[in-house]
This record gives sequence, C-alpha cells and structure tokens, in this order.
Amino acid sequence: MLKILKYSFYDLMRSRWSYVYFGFYLLLGFVLLFLNNDVSKAVITLMNIIIVLTPLIGTIFGVMYYYNSKEFTELLLAQPIQRSHIIRGQYVGVSLSLTLSLVLGLGIPFVLYGLFMSAAIFDFGLLLVVGAFLNFIFVALSYNIALSTENKIKGFGYAILMWLMLAVIYDGLFMISLLLFNEYPLDTFSLAATMFNPIDLSRILILLQLDISALLGYTGAVFKKFFGTSFGMLSSLLVLVLWVWLPLLRMNWKLKKKDF
Amino acid sequence: MKKLCILIGLLACIPAVFAKQIVVCQTCEVSTVKEAIAMAEDGDEVRVQKGWYRENSIVIDKSISLIGEEGAVIDGEQAAGILIFETDHFTIKGLKIINVGVSYTVDHAAIKVVRAKDFTIEDCVLENVFFGILIEKSARGRIRRNNISGQGTTEAGSGNGVHIWHSTGMEVSANELFHMRDGIYFEFVDDSEVFHNLSYQNLRYGLHFMFSNRDIYHHNEFRNNGSGVAVMFSKYISMYENKFMNNWGAASYGLLLKEIYDAEIYRNVFSKNTVAIKGEGCTRIQYTHNTFLRNGWAIKIAGACYTNIFEKNDFMHNYLDMSYYRKVNDNRFNNNYWSEYSGYDLDKDGLGDVPYRPVKLFSYLVNKTPESLVLLRSLFVDILNFSEKVSPVFTPDNLMDKNPLMQRIND
Repeated sequence: MLKILKYSFYDLMRSRWSYVYFGFYLLLGFVLLFLNNDVSKAVITLMNIIIVLTPLIGTIFGVMYYYNSKEFTELLLAQPIQRSHIIRGQYVGVSLSLTLSLVLGLGIPFVLYGLFMSAAIFDFGLLLVVGAFLNFIFVALSYNIALSTENKIKGFGYAILMWLMLAVIYDGLFMISLLLFNEYPLDTFSLAATMFNPIDLSRILILLQLDISALLGYTGAVFKKFFGTSFGMLSSLLVLVLWVWLPLLRMNWKLKKKDF
Repeated sequence: MKKLCILIGLLACIPAVFAKQIVVCQTCEVSTVKEAIAMAEDGDEVRVQKGWYRENSIVIDKSISLIGEEGAVIDGEQAAGILIFETDHFTIKGLKIINVGVSYTVDHAAIKVVRAKDFTIEDCVLENVFFGILIEKSARGRIRRNNISGQGTTEAGSGNGVHIWHSTGMEVSANELFHMRDGIYFEFVDDSEVFHNLSYQNLRYGLHFMFSNRDIYHHNEFRNNGSGVAVMFSKYISMYENKFMNNWGAASYGLLLKEIYDAEIYRNVFSKNTVAIKGEGCTRIQYTHNTFLRNGWAIKIAGACYTNIFEKNDFMHNYLDMSYYRKVNDNRFNNNYWSEYSGYDLDKDGLGDVPYRPVKLFSYLVNKTPESLVLLRSLFVDILNFSEKVSPVFTPDNLMDKNPLMQRIND
C-alpha cells in the first residue's frame, strides 16, 4: 500500500494541478495579508474560503483522479496486490497532496508575515487541521461515488451534487427546520445538526474559537459550553475522524463486490 | 474709588483672617480626623498628613476643606462607611480612602454626601470600596480626577463608583472607575455633565442613567464592562465623542437606550460590542457622525421607536448592520457609509446611485429564530442574502438608505 501511495503521491506532485492549487493558496495568503496586515483578521476571511473551497476541490480532484487513473488501476489489479491496498494508497496519495498544497500554500505567507509572533497561531493551526480533515473527508466521499458509478459524467454529477448537498442544501433544510419548529427548544437540535455535516462542524469549530459565540446569545452559550471544553473539542474531532473512517469502510465493502 | 477698592480688599481678607488650619498627623496633638473635625469651624482647613488613620463613620457638618497630603490614608477596615458630609460649601482633596464595609442593607460609601450644595471632591483615590462616592439630594457638586475601584464579584455584593441620586447641576469629570457594579450611576439627576471619565471592567454598566433629564456626557471611554452603558427613562440627553469598546458577551451592548426621548448621539465610536446600540421605546433621537466598527450588530431596534434619524454614520465591518423587531415607523436612514454597500456612483457626487438596504434577510430570520444564527457565514446564508438583495421580499422595503455615501466620513 505504501508503494502505491508513494507512486500516486509522486504522480500528483508532478502534475500541474497540484501546483496550480498550491499557487492559488499562496497567492490568496499573500494578497490577504497584503491587503490587511493583521494575521488574526485574515484568519476569519480565510475561514470563509476554506470551508467552501476545500471540499469542492477535494471532491472534484478525487473523482477526476479516480477516473483518470482507472486504466492504471486496472493494470495494477492484474498484479498480485490487494484491491483495498491499491485504492487506499491512491486515496491517501490524493488527500495528502491536496493537504500539502493547502498547508504550504497558506503556511508560507503567514509564517513570513509573522504568524509565530501573533496570537492567532492557534486559530490558524485549527484552520489548517480543519482544512486537512475536509480534504480527507471529501476525497473519501468522492472516491465512494466514483467507485459506485461507472459512467464518468454521472460520477462527476453525483460528486458535485454531494458537495452542493453538504455545503448549501443541508444548511437550507437546517434553516427551514429551525423556522418550522421555533416554538420548541432548538439548541440541542442545532448542536446535533451541526455534528452531522462536516462543513458545518468545521465552520462552528472555527467560529467559536474566534469568539463569535457571544453573538449567539443562549444558543451560543450552549455551543460554547459544548465545543469550548476539551470533551467537546475531542468529540468533534472524533466526528471528523468518523467522517473519514465511514466512507473508507464503505469503500472496502464496495471493493470486495466490485467487478472491474 | 480707591477707598472702595481697599474696602473690597479688606472684605476679601476677612475669611482668611478667621479661618484656621488644623493639621492632623499621627504624632501631632490632633491625631485623628474625627478630633480635627470636632475642633474645626466653618471655613477652616483640615490638613491630613502622611499616615494610616483607622477610622470610619466620620460625620462632617461644617463647611471645611479636608486636604490629604501625600501618603495620607484613611482605612475603614471593612467596618462601615467612612466620610459623611452633611454640609454645604466643602472641599475634599487628595485623600486616599480604602476598605469600605460591604452591607446588604446600608449603602456604605467612602464619601457620602447628603443634602449639600456647592462642593468639590477631587484627586481622591478610593480603593476596595463598596460605594465610592454616594451623593443624595445635592446640587452643584464637582467630582474630578478621582480614582475609584472596588473588588466586587457579584452585582448584589458591590456598589457603584459614583452614585448620584436626586441632584442637579453636578459635574463628574476625569475620573477613573473600575471593578465596581456601575461605574457612574445617575438616578433623578438633572442638568449635569459627565466628561473625560474612563470606566472599565465594571460588573454591570460603565455608566447608567435612570430618570435623569437634560444631562450631557462626552469624551468618556467605556470598555470591557459587563454590559456597556445604559440610558433609561430619560429625556434630553446629549451623548457625544464617547468611546464604547469591547463590551462583548452574551448579554452585552455598547449603549442601551430604553424609554428615552429627544436625545442626540453624535461623533461616538462603537467598536467590538456584541450590540453597539440597542433601542427600545426611544423617540426623537438623532444619530449622526458615529462610527460603528466590528460590532456583532450595529443597531438593534426593538419596538416602539419613532423618529430615530440616522445620518452620516459609518457602518464598518459589523457582522450584521441592522435588525428591526417591529415596524420601521418613521425612522430614517440617510447619507450613511456602509462598508458592505456594493452600489456605484456614476455621477461622481459621492452618493451611491442605488439605495442600500441594511437589514439582510438573514438578520430578519435571526430575529424570528435566534438559533439560526448558528448558520452565520455559511454559503447558504450568503446565497440567501444575495438573492434577497436582488429582489427584496421579506425585509421591510421602506428601511433603506436612499443616498448612501461612497467614502467614510468620520475618521
């Protein structure tokens, strides 16, 4: 598996798209910090971008990579290597290279602008951790979709739909249910509803670090009480891990049955 | 003419001839403040020299000047109130007064003033007090350059820095107030002025007005207070060039206006408050040239507000600019600068050509269900706000700034 990982990682490292992606984050980081020199304020703007863009790029990249390397995969399958090792190696390779682009692309400008001297280092670190998780989660989800769909166009369609679902439609349904049931106490419900969507969960995790919880009034207090403690932090990280692990499980199960 | 001059000169000398000076020090003949007060007569000066005087409940009913020299400390040893003035025309200056007793039934104060006129309290340091300066039924007092602090941890177990009740013509200036319940508290205080004070880290309000009319406060700074500044049930209050900063918390605001009429609020800076201004039942209020910077809500208006006029304010980078619970009534917005305004100015007159609507669909939804604020900064909300901006359906259509400014004006 490590060998496959290494190959797909090097393959991606040589690919143009990784550099474009890396360059994009690098430019974004520099421009943000150039426009306002304050590291902690740049973190807020960055959050907006990361929670939308990282999942989208992860999804598209994952699907694209699977379909592109399908022939190579089939060739490998003819060799005496376990199926799950091949696919998992590819998966980790893609996620890792995307994460590397993110971490380096944003890390370099922030370090140059004095991240280590500023108080925002923890927020920034959390932002990168959350970004990395989103990469792993969405590449896993898109691999699942690609494995289950033979048709490329359909696969792309489903993947984009999945992203749209989690990034936009879920929040819409969430909002509608909040409005419908506003006569009931909703804070536990909204807490649970955020846990079920990795994008929402990452957003709330970062927002609470930025002390926006005061705006939320009572609900904010409930959220702060939950996420502010080490238990809440651990359990939300655990949920993020679950979001990686469950798609991986399904991937395995699917691989066993799949007829290549 | 010459004779008249001499006569006036002589007359002016009379009090000086009769007034005497009493010196208090721990090795002197007079070694306590109480003794000195007992010996003094109207117009005398009592000088307290360096030393630690453990005294409390000192009642002063003569028009004297009580002057503390450097290092003079009166320690109430947490027993009761310390100085109680029941006279007109007195001065107290430069004393350090510490450790006032906490009581849940009596309002113990470091300096209590009852039914006095024309007095001055200046340059005093009051530490670990229950109430700092407590003034009742008085007129024309000047409270200047005092430093007042307490150690209260609960609202019930702490008092106010400067507490004035039922008085007129007071001046409270250049004081520093912290760790009290309210920094400055006015109840039934008319025609008074509060300026150049610094009030911070108080448990409740930095400044609190109740039932007080025709007062002015300006050039004060209020920061990190439990819930900001409150002006309630008052008329004709002028508030200008104050700074309201960092009043951040689930129940905090920069400025709370409740049942107030005919006020002016101008050239203030509101920065990093959960709610910069919260208005409830306020009528005929002019908001001009204020700066709202990075607040949660810049303006939150509950019901029954009429003729609130917002002109030439800067609204910069607030999470939500505006929120209205009820009807807009005849409140007006004109010529403000909004950092989120995305219109254009083709005729280059400095005014945007399309109106700006400060209430977003999201803030409308948040009013209906506060929990939906959980979705702040999500993509869905951005899309929602955008579509509402293009064609407003839910947000009140008469709530808009018809002539938004293109550049900020209050720097």
